[in-house]
Amino acid sequence: MVNVFSIPAFSLAGVSGFLVPALSIASLATFLAVLILIAERYLMDYGEVDLQVNDKTFKVKGGNTLLNTLKEQKVFIPSACGGRATCAYCKVKALSGFPEILPTETPLLTKEEIKDNVRLSCQIKVKTASAIQIPEELFNIREYTATCESIVDLTYDIRLFRFQLIEPPHIEYKAGQYIQFQSPEYGDVSESVYRAYSMCGDCKDKDQIELMVRRVPEGIATTYMFDHLRVGEQVVFTGPFGDFYLRDTDRRMICVAGGSGMAPIRSIMLDMTSEQIEKRKPIFFFGARAKRDLFMVDEWREMEERNKGLTFVPALSSPEPDDDWDGETGRVTEVIPRYVEDLSDCEGYLCGSPGLLNACVDLLISLGIPEERIYYDKFE
Amino acid sequence: MEELGIFVIFFASIFTSNILLTNFLGMCSYLSVSRELKTAWGLGIAVVFVMTVTSVANYFVYYHLLVPLNLEYLQYIAFIVVIAALVQLVEMIVDRVSDRLYAALGIFLPLITVNCAILGSSLFLVIRKYDLVQSLAFGFGSGLGWLLAIMALAGIRSKMARRSKVIPALEGPGIVLIITGIIALGFIGFSGMVQIN
Repeated sequence: MVNVFSIPAFSLAGVSGFLVPALSIASLATFLAVLILIAERYLMDYGEVDLQVNDKTFKVKGGNTLLNTLKEQKVFIPSACGGRATCAYCKVKALSGFPEILPTETPLLTKEEIKDNVRLSCQIKVKTASAIQIPEELFNIREYTATCESIVDLTYDIRLFRFQLIEPPHIEYKAGQYIQFQSPEYGDVSESVYRAYSMCGDCKDKDQIELMVRRVPEGIATTYMFDHLRVGEQVVFTGPFGDFYLRDTDRRMICVAGGSGMAPIRSIMLDMTSEQIEKRKPIFFFGARAKRDLFMVDEWREMEERNKGLTFVPALSSPEPDDDWDGETGRVTEVIPRYVEDLSDCEGYLCGSPGLLNACVDLLISLGIPEERIYYDKFE
Repeated sequence: MEELGIFVIFFASIFTSNILLTNFLGMCSYLSVSRELKTAWGLGIAVVFVMTVTSVANYFVYYHLLVPLNLEYLQYIAFIVVIAALVQLVEMIVDRVSDRLYAALGIFLPLITVNCAILGSSLFLVIRKYDLVQSLAFGFGSGLGWLLAIMALAGIRSKMARRSKVIPALEGPGIVLIITGIIALGFIGFSGMVQIN
């Protein structure tokens, strides 16, 4: 015979046998969490402090890392590792208000930088009135939202994307600079990543930007842009970054690019006035494998007609038999010497893969351009 | 077993039962942060401090919370939670109180949260049935023992980096483990003096 009274008693014991351990661990954890929250509230509260950046002074909430504090003030310091002290992009010069260098910083700073008070802004915290110095152009860096306005196939693997800015509605940049495009989470990709792309449009069009992007097999950001991004959708990017832009001199220009490396060169050329072009006589060598990798040739021919002095030289390294190619054949490094001899009065502007760039830098130096006058944007 | 005096426990945990050299606990940070004497010292001091504090805290958690509720089997999870929270608290306090101390010691605290020697010392004091004062002596002594071991290794490694050619196959952790083994053998020499296990 079943004792009916034993059933509720049994289940009660079962429930309490489960509840007591769960509850006690939960309450222990809660107690400690509350303790930490209280400590955070009172210990980490440094009140409002003055942070001087170059000649501007911000009133900021103390206690956060310099990198995040600056981000809240809309000053974007380049950073790729998310504050884990591995990328060393977020270096700034600390003038006052920061204690001695931390063991997490020393491996990433050179002796000269340590002597110069250069610090990693992701490691040091703003606790008292402090002053730092950053390159003036970093003030110009913003986070932009924009709408994708058009997507055009340039070749089978390179596309031209045009984005209309929403907020802020205008961007100031130097032709040749790049932005960091934020690829959101999509499909199976559960992380948001930033990738750098050079702007290829005319920087006088301040309400839009254009990017020339080559599809990277298995690339997180380019797969998003090629397979998921649709016209009309919103994107986020930060910028402008980079020191690849036209130097203000009267020297002749030798430009070399391959693939989507055309982007900053196009931007620079669109920004130059016809007087500038006539004076500086730019020659643009553009390297491609075969005709199917070649694009915008008509646009460059048109530019040549409009501007006296500009020469566009597309070169195919291995044209297909049915390409019907009557232009230059061979690698860019073979083609350049056919056009120019002494380059000692020139400036070099190069953009493309590391392989192309290294070969071209060596060639241009051997043709007489001093190394410090060769500017390049390496795709890595 | 006769009652052990607290000084016996203290010295035994430094020398004869060194938590690193006889129990091989806390090896990861021992191997990775022993290149330079300065950083080894910072980490070692942080371990001494955290081990002392968590041994006492976990003594209370075990005997005043887990034992009365018959929940001894939850000691692992409870100890880990307590260690993690305490380390975070200490880090915040150090950060607030002294920048110099934070630069020298605070920066290592998050590394210690996952150091198995810390959990090990809390578990040992339960297994060996220490009372509160004995636990304090054991935690402090074990921390000092860990500091002694990492300083010995860091001294040898920094000298080695300047003078010795290590054969390529043994570079890095290989030679470090061999050195550690020899130091451990040396420490076994102490074990005739007193046994606390």
